[in-house]
Amino acid sequence: MSEILRLEAVSRNFSGLKALSGVTLGIDKGEVLGLIGPNGAGKTTLVNTICGVTPANSGRVIFAGNDITAIKPYRAARLGLARTFQIVQPFAEFTALDNVAAAALFSQPGVSVRSAREEARAHLAFVGLDAQAAQPAGTLTLAMRKRLELAKALAMKPKLLFLDEVNAGLNSAEVERATKLIHQLAADGITIVMIEHLMKVVLNVCTRIVVLHNGQLIADGAPREVIQNPAVVEAYLGQQYAKRSAGHG
Amino acid sequence: MKRTDWALLLLIGVIAALPLFGGAYALRLGTIACMYAILALSWNVVGGWAGYPSFATAAFFGFGAYATGVLLGKGLPLALAIAATLVASLLLAGLFGAMLLRLRGHYFAIASLSLVEALRELVNNATDLTGGGMGLNIPLAAGSGILADAAFFFYAMWGLLLATALTMIAVSMSKLGFGLACIRQNETAADMVGLNSTLYKSIAFGLSACFVSAAGGLYAAWVHYIDPSDVFDILYSVKPIVMALMGGLGSGLGVVCGALLYLALEEVVWRNYIQIHSGVLGVLIVMLLLFLPHGLISLRWRMFWRKAAHV
Repeated sequence: MSEILRLEAVSRNFSGLKALSGVTLGIDKGEVLGLIGPNGAGKTTLVNTICGVTPANSGRVIFAGNDITAIKPYRAARLGLARTFQIVQPFAEFTALDNVAAAALFSQPGVSVRSAREEARAHLAFVGLDAQAAQPAGTLTLAMRKRLELAKALAMKPKLLFLDEVNAGLNSAEVERATKLIHQLAADGITIVMIEHLMKVVLNVCTRIVVLHNGQLIADGAPREVIQNPAVVEAYLGQQYAKRSAGHG
Repeated sequence: MKRTDWALLLLIGVIAALPLFGGAYALRLGTIACMYAILALSWNVVGGWAGYPSFATAAFFGFGAYATGVLLGKGLPLALAIAATLVASLLLAGLFGAMLLRLRGHYFAIASLSLVEALRELVNNATDLTGGGMGLNIPLAAGSGILADAAFFFYAMWGLLLATALTMIAVSMSKLGFGLACIRQNETAADMVGLNSTLYKSIAFGLSACFVSAAGGLYAAWVHYIDPSDVFDILYSVKPIVMALMGGLGSGLGVVCGALLYLALEEVVWRNYIQIHSGVLGVLIVMLLLFLPHGLISLRWRMFWRKAAHV
């Protein structure tokens, strides 16, 4: 499989705090990579650094053969790097349809407002929000707004999709529904990096897991191996989880 | 086009009939009404659509007045001088916008305010070109009797208002208008969907400046004499904001109604309370904003019906 994204010793500081230090990572086309780790480990910072929101202080980010280390966020978006936000970021006054239309309109060259809206309808239908198309985004429930984020990201025709805790704050039925959507996207061949705390979802969906702790990668491998890794158990999962999953495994 | 856009064009059409109903005073008032409407419509692009509270209107009004004044002094015909002013202002403001619009909120407001001061000082000190604090005399352009002159400048200002309104309607329906609405609601999200927000904001700033400058140019030619404290008056920055808030932020029809209402209040109050007119005007504006926070455009006939039904 060919590599779509490569990080070479990427570091990022926030005035003295090392949020990322020397992260080296390759992601292959078609992978569903789980990015896990305790709160404050640098997971979201890693996504922000790749997308150009908080560019790396040192190291290189290479996407599909291009160096994008110092890229502006809007250019990253046009290259095919799409993301959903952990804290949802809708255009609150716009209808759900226009939210998705905005993504279709500005991420691709030469799209008219009218055709963007038509395109948006299909993406809304895919995430099951067609009934809410005319509703202002600010009035949707959290679960709906999370799915709206997903529809926005899909409207950008992503090559690489970052899902930042799409399941946080959802009930189990909603999680199941979201998981099904992610499975579908993976089947369509979109490379996905998902930040997720629900291990059930991670093990269910991901083909590979990397673990971030204090800004450093401490594990990288197949899901079943990584959750047995003593360093990961120590830093994130905890002894009880390891025992339980060993019992089941 | 939306219904409010048609209503806006209709309203502007009605203004054109003003000379039929009065003499020089009506023409003077009409010219100022058109000028205020241009200022308010222009401010609405940056302040209403993109959500950046700009205080730079006076800077571009003054720039336009002086650019046109100097060009007329060099013997250029009025139409050409105004056109040159408009283009120069579009480019200049686009450039300023690219720098200033990196700031957000209050910081941007103060930076845009400093633009007025900076340009005023430049004009004050470029004595050879602008006459400095002594002001600038502008040769009579039309010069065929007072009333004909007044009518000429009324229609010139009205034509500029129509051009402004048509441009704004076109922008509101375009990708640019859509993008500015995205920036107002959530600039981070706008960046993330691939919108070049710096470019869009710069274009918006340019558009909000060029018609203001052209109006400043017409004003200069109309009054024949300008000086820095007159055309760089900070009130030219504040008035359009008040008009837009009174009329309804973001709506073309709303801000033009706001401009007309403001002018009407200004005239009536000034005539009746000459000693304390600013105070009375201020109180009236505060009352309007308190009781109608979304502006005139939020008025509905239903509001009156409902009350009637209870009685």
